[in-house]
Amino acid sequence: MHRDDLMTAHPPLAAGPAGPLRVGIGGPVGSGKTALVAALCRALRDELSLVVVTNDIYTEEDAEFLRRHGVLPEERIRAVRTGCCPHTAIRDDITANLDAVEDLVARHDPDLVLVESGGDNLTATFSYGLVHAQIFVLDVAGGDKVPRKGGPGVTRSDLLVINKTDLAPLVGADLQVMAADAEGVRDGRPTLFVSLREQPDAAGITEWVAARVRARRG
Amino acid sequence: MTLSGLLLLADSRLPSGGHGHSGGVEALVDRGLLRTEGDLALFLDGRVRTGGRVPAAASAAACARAGVQESHVRAGAGGGSPGPDWGRWDAAVSARLPSAAARAASRAQGSALLRTVGRTWPTPAVDALRALPRVHHPLVLGAAAAAAGGTPLQAAALALHHLVGGACTAAVRLLGLDPIAVAALAAAAGRLAEPVAVEATRIAMLAVIADDPAGLPADGSPLFDVLAQLHHTSEATLFAS
Repeated sequence: MHRDDLMTAHPPLAAGPAGPLRVGIGGPVGSGKTALVAALCRALRDELSLVVVTNDIYTEEDAEFLRRHGVLPEERIRAVRTGCCPHTAIRDDITANLDAVEDLVARHDPDLVLVESGGDNLTATFSYGLVHAQIFVLDVAGGDKVPRKGGPGVTRSDLLVINKTDLAPLVGADLQVMAADAEGVRDGRPTLFVSLREQPDAAGITEWVAARVRARRG
Repeated sequence: MTLSGLLLLADSRLPSGGHGHSGGVEALVDRGLLRTEGDLALFLDGRVRTGGRVPAAASAAACARAGVQESHVRAGAGGGSPGPDWGRWDAAVSARLPSAAARAASRAQGSALLRTVGRTWPTPAVDALRALPRVHHPLVLGAAAAAAGGTPLQAAALALHHLVGGACTAAVRLLGLDPIAVAALAAAAGRLAEPVAVEATRIAMLAVIADDPAGLPADGSPLFDVLAQLHHTSEATLFAS
């Protein structure tokens, strides 16, 4: 009998009231999504049970990064392949991600599931059938016009993170402009500025996530 | 009978996990074995005539069996019959996919489609499939086609339609082929698939009447299976299969 014949079925688990909090982390290539996932894992793994699903655009690079840096045991990380379409896998056809999430939840009964999207563009957002809340990660080096350009990731994400603030003077980016533009399009939803290189504990973001886990537990 | 249901099942936008699978195309592209529209046409020709007969017949058989199961339920004969036998038909599909990676891909897509179909058409046959561990895609597709009011022949045609469509989309994404030329090529492959669907349905109906999944066709192509295994263990791949 082969391995695939031994796979067990798990009950369907839409991102509804049951089960652990699921947080999606999206954003353009290189903005710091994997660094943020690693930071959240390091900061929260002692108090919470965590699992991670990565959706790398190419290879299992992000999952490998997380394994290599030992932020979580290998069996708590799962990579989904997205057939050149990372946004499809988190928005239009979430079935492969739901499979991965449900399998990890059944195995580990975690408090928190992080789903990292493959690097994409400003229009990529998570379906709320897959996650309960989503963080969109931009970086300063992508240019200070990005928040003004908007797009669903910038305007509708539950938390907008603008990473690599340490590079602002080097690339001529004006953080005040970015903050004002983000505030203008986000209808009161929060925006946090961070340099994950300088603040590897991602304190503000960690607290935002931890508060949501606590609220879900009730 | 609702045409709208069948059109939905044929639509690649229906959430069914298919977008992450190339149907063997990526493994060929990575090795330089598929480069042009002509190569793609040749690949589809081979797939439809060989390995394609397996999902086509399995889908037709599942459609026929699901239809019988539903008429039993309507007649008040209870929802159990012939549900308990689905496992034998699922095992028969496994036996026709020598590559473990190809079996895993078939089960992953079956599971994905069943998630959507279970919500869209929760018929007794669909529920019976949900009670099993990860079922092969053609069985889910056939049961869904029955639930949508389709015939076994239409279920077989749907299986081949997705085989062709998945490969064509992957080739466009991976090679940058002209999508308009590929659409014409997909239409030609679809015409080629029609008699294959008819023949696969004929064989499937005999197997269903005999209640013996061993009667399903068992065609395949060794290169496809070998490459499916190699693809599964490759580092840098975009598609799950």
